[in-house]
Amino acid sequence: MKERVIELRRTSLETQPSISIERSRLITEAYRKYEGTVSVPVLRALAFKHLLEHKTICINPGELIVGERGESPQSTPLYPELCCHSLADLEIINNREKISFKVSPEVKAIQEKEIIPFWQERSIRTKIFKEMTPEWLDCYQAGLFTEFMEQRAPGHTVADHKIYQQGFLDFKREIKEELARLDFYDDPEAYEKQEELKAMLICADALIRFAERYAEKAEELAASETDPVRKEELLKIAAGCSHIPGHKPRDFQEALQMYWFVHLGVITELNTWDSFNPGRLDQHLLPFYQDGLAAGTLTREKAQELLQCFWIKFNNQPAPPKVGITLQESGTYTDFANINNGGLRADGSDGVNEVSYLILDVIDEMRLLQPSTNIQLSKKNPNRFLKRALGIIKKGWGQPSVFNADQVINEMLRQGKTIEDARCGGTSGCVETGAFGKESYILTGYFNLTKVLEITLHDGVDPRTGKKIGLTTGDPAKFKSFDQLMVAFQQQLHHFIDIKIRGNNVIEKLYSNYMPAPFLSIIISDCIKKGKDYNAGGARYNTNYIQGVGIGSITDSLAALKYHVFDQHNQTWPDFLKILEQDFAGHEDFRQILLNKTPKYGNDDLYADSIMTAVFDRFYDQVNGRKNMKGGYYRINMLPTTCHVYFGSVIGATPDGRKAGLPLSEGISPVQGADRSGPTAVIKSAARMDQVRTGGTLLNQKFTPKLLADEKGLNSLLHLIRAYFKLDGHHIQFNVIDAATLRQAQAEPENYRSLIVRVAGYSDYFNNLSKDLQDEIIARTEQTLLQ
Amino acid sequence: MKTANIFNIQRYSIHDGPGIRTTVFFKGCPLNCWWCHNPESQATTQELLFDQERCLGCGNCLRNCPVGAIELVDGKALRAKSKCDICGQCIQSCPVSAVELVGQIMTVEEVIEETEKDLLFYEESGGGVTCSGGEPLLQADFLTLLADYYQQAEIELAVDTCGQIAWEKLGRLAPKIALFLYDLKFIDSEKHQQYTGVGNQLILANLAKLAAANCRIIARIPLIPGINDHISNIKEIGQFLTELNIKDVNLLPYHRAGVDKYQRLGKEYKLSECEDLSEERLAQLVGILEKLGLNTKIGG
Repeated sequence: MKERVIELRRTSLETQPSISIERSRLITEAYRKYEGTVSVPVLRALAFKHLLEHKTICINPGELIVGERGESPQSTPLYPELCCHSLADLEIINNREKISFKVSPEVKAIQEKEIIPFWQERSIRTKIFKEMTPEWLDCYQAGLFTEFMEQRAPGHTVADHKIYQQGFLDFKREIKEELARLDFYDDPEAYEKQEELKAMLICADALIRFAERYAEKAEELAASETDPVRKEELLKIAAGCSHIPGHKPRDFQEALQMYWFVHLGVITELNTWDSFNPGRLDQHLLPFYQDGLAAGTLTREKAQELLQCFWIKFNNQPAPPKVGITLQESGTYTDFANINNGGLRADGSDGVNEVSYLILDVIDEMRLLQPSTNIQLSKKNPNRFLKRALGIIKKGWGQPSVFNADQVINEMLRQGKTIEDARCGGTSGCVETGAFGKESYILTGYFNLTKVLEITLHDGVDPRTGKKIGLTTGDPAKFKSFDQLMVAFQQQLHHFIDIKIRGNNVIEKLYSNYMPAPFLSIIISDCIKKGKDYNAGGARYNTNYIQGVGIGSITDSLAALKYHVFDQHNQTWPDFLKILEQDFAGHEDFRQILLNKTPKYGNDDLYADSIMTAVFDRFYDQVNGRKNMKGGYYRINMLPTTCHVYFGSVIGATPDGRKAGLPLSEGISPVQGADRSGPTAVIKSAARMDQVRTGGTLLNQKFTPKLLADEKGLNSLLHLIRAYFKLDGHHIQFNVIDAATLRQAQAEPENYRSLIVRVAGYSDYFNNLSKDLQDEIIARTEQTLLQ
Repeated sequence: MKTANIFNIQRYSIHDGPGIRTTVFFKGCPLNCWWCHNPESQATTQELLFDQERCLGCGNCLRNCPVGAIELVDGKALRAKSKCDICGQCIQSCPVSAVELVGQIMTVEEVIEETEKDLLFYEESGGGVTCSGGEPLLQADFLTLLADYYQQAEIELAVDTCGQIAWEKLGRLAPKIALFLYDLKFIDSEKHQQYTGVGNQLILANLAKLAAANCRIIARIPLIPGINDHISNIKEIGQFLTELNIKDVNLLPYHRAGVDKYQRLGKEYKLSECEDLSEERLAQLVGILEKLGLNTKIGG
């Protein structure tokens, strides 16, 4: 690693995240100036322009790729039009032990005097909570589901190749052509389209101006720079910033800078979920890499250094602060940029290239949380590629994760995408499948499957509050068969999914009416062609997800009820329910039987696994294929981020032996410690879920370092992954660490500051995790070497 | 119906032959090695393992014991071995699986069903099934039935043997076995007698015959510090293998993993003082074997 990268990396890692109030002031100024005088899309565009014309320009010493979201590295803006933080919120954000941001007294004063009075009643968050029904609010409070859009905007999308082949002047030409084509005689939406297209033009110009400001700053710095080498670098940056983003990039460095300006545009316009993401970076960069090498203007080392500088930019931007339930579902600084590597090309051929290996080297050396990285592993990719990735995975910090590229493509085909669009897509966020550059694939909220069972067991009542929020499906003590229980569960599930989707449909409209994203719309096909905003259905594909959480916990709970009440008859309904109400107090022996002598998902045991598929099928049937407000459909996926901890905290003791309040299982992984038949059994159980019907599943495995210590261990892991993917598994990721080390890290956090672990679809510093989440990771089954 | 006494079936075994394998552990062994890390494998009969650490002291087992062989001592279940007839009632009643029955009487079909679960993984990795123990050839009839099945099912079968078995049995089975993992401890028969309970004449003779019959063999040498890790012993083993034209050898360094099982079984552990093998010594021994032209690997 070169000295400059070491320094940039150090600054990125050692700077405490802080709140910048600059964006809040600028957006308020813009709204005061324009609101009411122009259409909403144009208002948003003018506000965007105002931001990019006035926000601080920051070029850090030594860096080759420039641009920050805030005023400096780790300085993070707020988005009061989405979520207007109260002073108490800022206090919490400043003081909380984990995921804190420094809030200066000046920031607080401005928030109080300028921001809160203007935004409190106008923010999307306030609008959402005003518009939701009492049933929705009850369910939200009870922890049935979360709501992604209450603090952050829809985003959940990824760039494709177009920004490397066209500049924003080219996009402007396309936009103008569409404007010229508008039919005000026969198209009742012509006016809306005109306003949206006008807004896009303003945004394109704004980004070009923003880059020019960087060019001016670089020239200014170059003029006073005494080191001739750095001077040259600054002039090169300046030349790049005045060429792109108006025009397409000419070389490797400009390609990276082009993406980075687009990234900053997206995350400045709105606080989009999963920030933004370059997607299939190895595919996009290959032509620039090859041309540079051929022309003698680039070397592998130089390309590696540029990529490292690029990596730093991601790590400099923590996810803007979250509060309340949204913090609980996603308690991390990580902002989920997740770079894809490998996979297939549009023509179906092997996509692994020289840049894929280069990127793996960069991941290995940089060891950063952001950007997160994955490999898209196709059966057509060589084992050498997977082996190189495993060489990094074995180091134990959770990256890269491994996706089944062929299955990801199949999932998209099942949803009706074209084969080319599918092959040019991949996965983002944690594990979410998407057609990059062409799809809005929104995660709308986590859904607490296990809580639905708890409410079913209490005939519609939430035992935590005594409030009736579900349907009356009958006293379970009177159920004659397990099937009767499943029918009741299905009815409750239907009821709660209905409530969730009704809320979603209103929230979607709030965003399309009040928070269009004309900048993002420029780069996502087919928003220009349709003259429609990204948040209003402009994308070629529009998918809404509801993410199921706790499939392992609910499966084991149902398996325990079936086994002990209906099959073995060694426990009656009323007794079982009473034991749960008492949180197993005085019944530790029965709890141990539940833990040790009851069928569990994750052991290649059909008794439990068939219950898992039954729950999965019901969840799928309730959600899949419902229409959203953007002309697309609802789908399911199975991932938790940190929500399994929160969802567990609102559920009492469960029939699988889990005590009240403890975390649920995560992703499609078995309950922590329940899988005792080795990794092949876990894989076979997980593969019984028909994963092609999802838009992503998440499987965590914990291996001890010993199991991967030698060549044989590593090769066996390679075969294990290939076998899982033959069985149509979507994704697998690994923590390579032993529980003893984690326990020690918990006891002496000061000695383990740099310890990174895999959580659920992302990595994080162990010290940044809540105690509950730390315990949950420690409790995960450890696959170890047999003696 | 043919049955065998099997004490474990372990999936994702990656150090008992090539690829990902399932290892079937047969109970009963003609040897009694001091360092054995599976002491529960030695007796041919079923046994009970009592884990004092797991025991909750709930007393379920003693209430369920028909012969009164269990009592609570300091809040932990303690079994009088002499009274116990291994009926297994205590296992059923124990909520935490602190009592474990070592040795399941299994049919050929049951073993096949369990070992076929990971077929895909064998195919993917070039793995298969390994029969180990104990000594699988002590239950040779059963092993033959398994071998016949795997042969027609095209599943590669490896057998991990100590070699202390009549040639009549071993020779008959040999053509059905894709790979032998053949354990060698000493060339000196007296030492062998001292530390394993039997001399090694039959073991060495059997190995020679298998080699002559062109069987695929990987020799496996457990390395026990101070007992058989002497340069002379390893050199002699290496020379013996070279003479038989056996090319592959695995070194299995001593570890203390099985020690607590002795206590749970109520058995004495004679190697309590033994330390781990040093890296230097291991490298030295690898060097000796490689110099003789043997492909030498550490671990299985």
